[in-house]
Amino acid sequence: MQLEANIPAGPLTDKWDRHRFELKLINPANKRKFEIIVVGTGLAGASASASLAELGYHVKTFCIQDSPRRAHSIAAQGGINAAKNYTNEGDSVWRLFYDTVKGGDFRSREANVYRLAQLSNHIIDHCVAQGIPFARDYGGLLANRSFGGSQVSRTFYARGQTGQQLLLGAYSALMRQVGAGSVTLFPRREMLDAVIVNGQARGIIVRNLINGELESHAADAVVLTTGGYGNIYYLSTNAESSNVGAGFRAYKKGAMFANACFTQIHPTCIPHTGDHQSKLTLMSESLRNDGRVWVPHNSGDIREPQDIPEEDRDYYLEQKYPSFGNLVPRDVASRVAKTQCDAGKGVGLTRCAVYLDFADAIKRDGKDIIAKKYGNLFDMYELITDDSPYEKPMMIYPASHYTMGGLWVDYNLMSTIPGLFVLGEANFSDHGANRLGASALMQGLADGYFIIPYTIGGYFAGTELSAVSKEHAAFKDASQSATESIAKLMSIKGKRTVDNFARELGQIMWNYCGMSRNDAGLQKALQLIQDLRAEFWENVLVPGTDKEYNKSLEKAGRQADSLEFAELMIVDALDRTESCGGHFREESQTEDGEAKRDDENFSHVSVWEYDGYGKRPKLHKEPLVFENVELSQRSYK
Amino acid sequence: MKKLVETINVTLKIWRQQGSEKKGHFETVAAENISVHMSFIEMLDMVNERLTLDGKDPIAFDNDCREGICGTCGAVVDGRAHGPQKATTLCQLHMRKFSDGDTIAVEPFRARAFKVVKDLVVDRSPFDKIIQSGGYISVNTGGAPDGNAIPIPQEIAEKAMDAAACIGCGACVAACPSASAMLFVSGKISQLALLPQGKPEAARRALSMVKTMDACGFGNCTNHRECENACPKELSIVNIARLNRQFFKASFFSDEV
Repeated sequence: MQLEANIPAGPLTDKWDRHRFELKLINPANKRKFEIIVVGTGLAGASASASLAELGYHVKTFCIQDSPRRAHSIAAQGGINAAKNYTNEGDSVWRLFYDTVKGGDFRSREANVYRLAQLSNHIIDHCVAQGIPFARDYGGLLANRSFGGSQVSRTFYARGQTGQQLLLGAYSALMRQVGAGSVTLFPRREMLDAVIVNGQARGIIVRNLINGELESHAADAVVLTTGGYGNIYYLSTNAESSNVGAGFRAYKKGAMFANACFTQIHPTCIPHTGDHQSKLTLMSESLRNDGRVWVPHNSGDIREPQDIPEEDRDYYLEQKYPSFGNLVPRDVASRVAKTQCDAGKGVGLTRCAVYLDFADAIKRDGKDIIAKKYGNLFDMYELITDDSPYEKPMMIYPASHYTMGGLWVDYNLMSTIPGLFVLGEANFSDHGANRLGASALMQGLADGYFIIPYTIGGYFAGTELSAVSKEHAAFKDASQSATESIAKLMSIKGKRTVDNFARELGQIMWNYCGMSRNDAGLQKALQLIQDLRAEFWENVLVPGTDKEYNKSLEKAGRQADSLEFAELMIVDALDRTESCGGHFREESQTEDGEAKRDDENFSHVSVWEYDGYGKRPKLHKEPLVFENVELSQRSYK
Repeated sequence: MKKLVETINVTLKIWRQQGSEKKGHFETVAAENISVHMSFIEMLDMVNERLTLDGKDPIAFDNDCREGICGTCGAVVDGRAHGPQKATTLCQLHMRKFSDGDTIAVEPFRARAFKVVKDLVVDRSPFDKIIQSGGYISVNTGGAPDGNAIPIPQEIAEKAMDAAACIGCGACVAACPSASAMLFVSGKISQLALLPQGKPEAARRALSMVKTMDACGFGNCTNHRECENACPKELSIVNIARLNRQFFKASFFSDEV
């Protein structure tokens, strides 16, 4: 199969305009004849559902939570980037585009990223119009701050709750359409399969999480906005219900998966304290604007931080990267924290943490200013750790946070299954091998508010769609096979709980496919995963019945997917023998230990096609062509 | 430096109910070897692991982000919504707030408008219905003016943000003697009434959201201030005063009915 990215011809700056013109339109009166399924209600899903309904399409929106307002976009803290240049620092669409391509270590598509930068400004305008209470200066204009790896202040924010406010804005827009009858809402539903008819995505099978019934839903197109797979590591900043299931099941139905090994390990999370732990909490990267990262100079120095004098402290980021200092991109900051801890300089009870110290900032600006900027984060930190960052340096350590990999999509955000669109974190498109701070919110909303409303129209206008109802045999088959998998999970009645398997898989992935990867470790992980999967299907214990609210059963289904998907990540990581962004192959590093790309052999997207259970997936390559930025070794020194 | 593992044993008197139409009861469950660094939710995880391995039905409870922002979790712990610690959701309540040997009563958020789904899980979809009836600014995608076209005084933006911090958890309803949703409704009405963008629809919004709140079976405000006390995001009842002002203004001076 030939991958066709459908990138419009012409100069980069004109591609999106030209494409919008060339996309065929659907007459407003005809839009109501089309029905669209949207799965997920995070930033991408809520904004897509609302915008599509505003245009007149019939939308059916599904979410796994009890309310669409709870999708995990809500937890994003730091902010959202836009190329407004309100601060007069010389920002521009071109600079945001360039930073994002470079930040992604030159493994994303130029055309997609340029479009993202263009749309960033519209997002801010729209969100302000929705009544989102962004931070403002004394004059009443929008405030900006600089954020992770950027040398201009282009990040808009609402305290440390930007994701919450943007999501509630999109949720409100969605609720308005539900109230108007243009969107039908299906909460507490989990997608179990995509239904394909005549090669086109025409519906989904979902499980009602309250009564356990399976439901079939038919439509003219399906939009997946189901987030990432960071929970594969078990301990992550993701929510409990964030999972790869919907994407993975679409992959098994023919949607190809791109760059599965590109995961982001975020540098500033509260370190783990014991085996009971179920998640790691992110402390916004914005803290690095004022906090200084350090460890003791000497390994094994177990003095309390306040007892370690200045000369015995190693502010390693400031030393190593004088021009970016504490603001180096996430992948770099995480990897160096790991190196310090591996060298025995880690702090805290587990020795797996580094300090993030606000003493100098408090001395410089005063406690009030710091509290105004970070108060809610400091409070959250204290709730969890019982320590106050006003008095003692925070302790932080990297944790799984975001996944750049995802279902492959073309410029229209359509997967390799016609009629199956993928938005937000669930697709692979814009962040390359490392996502910059404050750009996830930007991408989710760009996809949902400003891209899918046009490209789905182009699809409908140029496609023959036969009449398909949920009585079609394809629905019956998909429903039957979902019923069988559930029955199988319920029948095993083994001796290990689902969480217990999830922890073990997470540990395998963290050790061998985390911040640092090598051939031997990845090979070993492959074997360990296969063994664990075999045990899972013989020894998992799911209590209760399948016709009721049953969290264990939900988790068992997701874990079954994770145990297969983990293997895809490993296969991808093994294949990509270069280092790039968050994917650090120990075999490929510069003399001073930085990621070393191999542009000659790996300037492509690795796109995997499912080839049957237990079989190695087929690799396809989408070459990445850089006509506007020059490939360079990233340097933040 | 604190000890790595400090554990306690507690006894849970926990509400078990098979479904909204079934009768519920309190069940006594032991929670042993609980690290004080666990969150309340992680303690329940551990209890559920035990129950599962013993062939019993694990306790059903909702939760998602486990960092206090999604509003999914919640239970009444020892008579208080989200438990004894102020400004804290259940998932951020840590076991260090309890002592060895404690007996802890755990119940769902109770209100006529919130039906029990199972054990601690309740149906809060009436909140979505209230937002559907007006908790938005009617602006379609596209066509918005530049973000800086309307300056908004910083203190107004900050007040709007205070009101917008609501996570929709329902603790205010559970804490209120008349199971009123006024704090929840007032958060959204305040946020949008304070901002210039929200003013054109202010009257209709106030009337419609209050009407829907009543229709969903929530009670009215009786000035007990329990909601404010239970709110994990510390929404102030000043918002309710604003709601009342908006509501009266709309009732007396607008053409909306």
